[in-house]
Amino acid sequence: MKRFLIAASLVALTAAPAFAARDQIRIVGSSTVYPFTTAVAEQFGKTSGMKTPVVESTGTGGGFKLFCAGVGEAHPDFTNASRAIKKGEFEDCMKNGVTEVVEIKVGFDGLALADATAGSDMKLTKQQIFMALAKQVPDKDGKLIPNPYQMWSDIDPSLPAQKIEVYGPPPTSGTRDSFAELVMEKGAEAFDSLKELKKSDAKAFEAVWKSMREDGLFVEAGENDNLIVQKLIGNPNAIGIFGFANVAENSQLQALEIDGVRPTFETIASGEYKVARPLFVYAKKQHVGVIPGMAEFVAEYTSEKAVGEEGYLSEKGLIPLPGEDSDKVREAANAMTVLTVDMVK
Amino acid sequence: MTELRKKADPALIKRRYAAERRFRFYGLAALALTTAFLAVLLTDIVSRSLPAFTQYSAVLEVPVDPEKVDAANPAAGDYEGIVRAAWRELFPSVTTRADRRLLNGLLSGGGADELRRQVLSDPSLIGKTVKVPVMLSDDADLFLKGQMTSVSRTPGEGALRIRTEGENYFLSGQGLAAGTVVLADGGAFRIAADGEQAPAEVILAPAGAADVAAGQWQVMGFGVAESQRKLNDRQAVWLEEAREKGVLDRGIAWNFFLKGDSREAEQAGILGSIMGSLMVVFITIALSLPIGVAAAIYLEEFAPKNRLTEIIEVNINNLAAVPSIIFGLLGLAVFLGFFGMPRSVPLVGGIVIALMSLPTIIIASRAAIRAVPPSIREAALGVGASHQQAVFHHVLPLAMPGIMTGTILAVASAIGETAPLLLIGMVAFIVDVPTGFLDSATVLPVQIYLWSDLPERAFEARTAAAIVVLLLIMLVLNALAIFLRKKFERRW
Repeated sequence: MKRFLIAASLVALTAAPAFAARDQIRIVGSSTVYPFTTAVAEQFGKTSGMKTPVVESTGTGGGFKLFCAGVGEAHPDFTNASRAIKKGEFEDCMKNGVTEVVEIKVGFDGLALADATAGSDMKLTKQQIFMALAKQVPDKDGKLIPNPYQMWSDIDPSLPAQKIEVYGPPPTSGTRDSFAELVMEKGAEAFDSLKELKKSDAKAFEAVWKSMREDGLFVEAGENDNLIVQKLIGNPNAIGIFGFANVAENSQLQALEIDGVRPTFETIASGEYKVARPLFVYAKKQHVGVIPGMAEFVAEYTSEKAVGEEGYLSEKGLIPLPGEDSDKVREAANAMTVLTVDMVK
Repeated sequence: MTELRKKADPALIKRRYAAERRFRFYGLAALALTTAFLAVLLTDIVSRSLPAFTQYSAVLEVPVDPEKVDAANPAAGDYEGIVRAAWRELFPSVTTRADRRLLNGLLSGGGADELRRQVLSDPSLIGKTVKVPVMLSDDADLFLKGQMTSVSRTPGEGALRIRTEGENYFLSGQGLAAGTVVLADGGAFRIAADGEQAPAEVILAPAGAADVAAGQWQVMGFGVAESQRKLNDRQAVWLEEAREKGVLDRGIAWNFFLKGDSREAEQAGILGSIMGSLMVVFITIALSLPIGVAAAIYLEEFAPKNRLTEIIEVNINNLAAVPSIIFGLLGLAVFLGFFGMPRSVPLVGGIVIALMSLPTIIIASRAAIRAVPPSIREAALGVGASHQQAVFHHVLPLAMPGIMTGTILAVASAIGETAPLLLIGMVAFIVDVPTGFLDSATVLPVQIYLWSDLPERAFEARTAAAIVVLLLIMLVLNALAIFLRKKFERRW
């Protein structure tokens, strides 16, 4: 018994004292930004002589939850996000004392529709994509009916007579949110009847473009883009929705034209290809000076050799911001310009 | 009597034999099916993993320039610079800045690590020329392993005429179109535009500008178009040239076993996550085995049989079926939230997984204790042993094989666990190999999950290779379980 007591108190002793002060940057957030932030973290660790930051992949929403939970060593210093911070999340931050948040826009991520190179190279419009994937579509008279289209050629005779079969991310994914906003909403607006609906009943309109069909022609294939890639290679009739980096990395896939523009590094960077979203990193200014390396990490992330045209992140698939924007972001980030309520939507 | 005779009816007997044969066949078919699935799965994973175990390097003669590497402070030397210079030496005709960038891009960012290690361990190398393997980048590695594109060389038909105008080359020959890569006279060209006298970019300078006779020149073809590849035609030709010069060496990818995570596939390894897994498993066993066995002994041997004990028993059985993510939530709320332990550390991971495997261990241990014949316990009590002595000297040693089996099964499933670790921050990119229970760490299955999501092709093989390693660890554990069980069983 005595020995047991000694052992127990030893365990208590090792666990009880305050854990050593943190000397390592901690980052949480989006799995879309993860491949880029990790590359910066590794470079930072190699060149700065400080410890390599720990980067967790928690998803954008989960990242904000952790990031906004408070100030201090127990809370992360940065969070990655594949969309801008929401009002609710910002208020949460404020409530928990995280009052000084710095927003850093790091670049763009293109969303691509792609199929295997053996598949047909369709040229689609957003309206056609909406018609292929929405749960309800307007009929000739503008009345909403359950999606009747089974073949691409049903939508437009110029498209191949090929079964509609699309793999995409589940609703929990940031990629899905972006796809809905960038493609489905725009596609729905191309119908006059839906445009009117938007004016008269914005909620109902939102329900139309946010609901994907559930009759098996649109398949939620999970968060892992590489799984979708594998499925596409096995099935040349299928089309997948995912980040452009995956298409660029894989020679067995071809990205499809949307509204006459094929996604490439150039067309996304120039803004010609519209289906792209900005990626963000948020920093906690209150940790500058508390956690070593905060300012240096921001400097590394916004440096030309990271996010520039020829930077190592563009090699990893990040689409750089246009020149002036990137200068502006760099200035604001290094000056640690704090986000205010009116800047958050 | 009539019934007996009826049962001995030959037709009935025949049917019974047939039924038996059918049953055996079903059993065999089931076995064959599972074996086939397993074989397909294993061959698939192993064949995908093979490329990750080897790595292409260029074996270069690198002069260690005392101006670049100061003998007083060799750690700060510009090893990357001298390695790149030695690499460029192989391609004297590559001179433009853009081309040099492309050429440098074929070397790994960690290419100079080996030279640096050698020089640091033996500073007398400064000023000498060292023959050292320089790791190539993941894309170059994929290309050389033939995973990026197929490469073909077809002899050109007819003669190839080469005309020069200053620096510019013009080629004419049969079947030359824009984009065609031509090898002639030790040089390489890429046709820039169609034409009778097609302008050509020089990839490697030829020996001279003389015409080449039929059959003496080749067209290099690629299975995958340039726009679909990570390496362009120039880089592909340079790599082929390096291969012909015999400087490339395909060796074991030690980095894969000896490094932590990295975003560069060729520098990424599993040592960090294996260390993390070992620490987590150590904590798990250290906590759950004594607690689990103690709980099982108490419940089986000492607990009064009343309502309270029954409630506890039901709850333990119930806990064994709770999804693992719930234990992660518990860990987040209690150990991180209440006790303020740091995120991402093996200590917390081990505690959470210990809680998760406790029910399994308790249930297995109780079954093992119950299986010990009561006569043994009674005999011990009969010769005057105390209850505690009977349990520790007689029942427990005999129950040990069963307890070991249960524990090893629980630990094996704990090694494969990722879900609860997500919530306590162990699903993370961690470069440094952890050295203590309070260092940030991740575990092997999490590493597999993270790699599987990365876009770079080279990580596909790494993922499969990490799975193979995980399977091997499982195999070793199971073998250990069988070995231990057999060893203990002899004491019956």
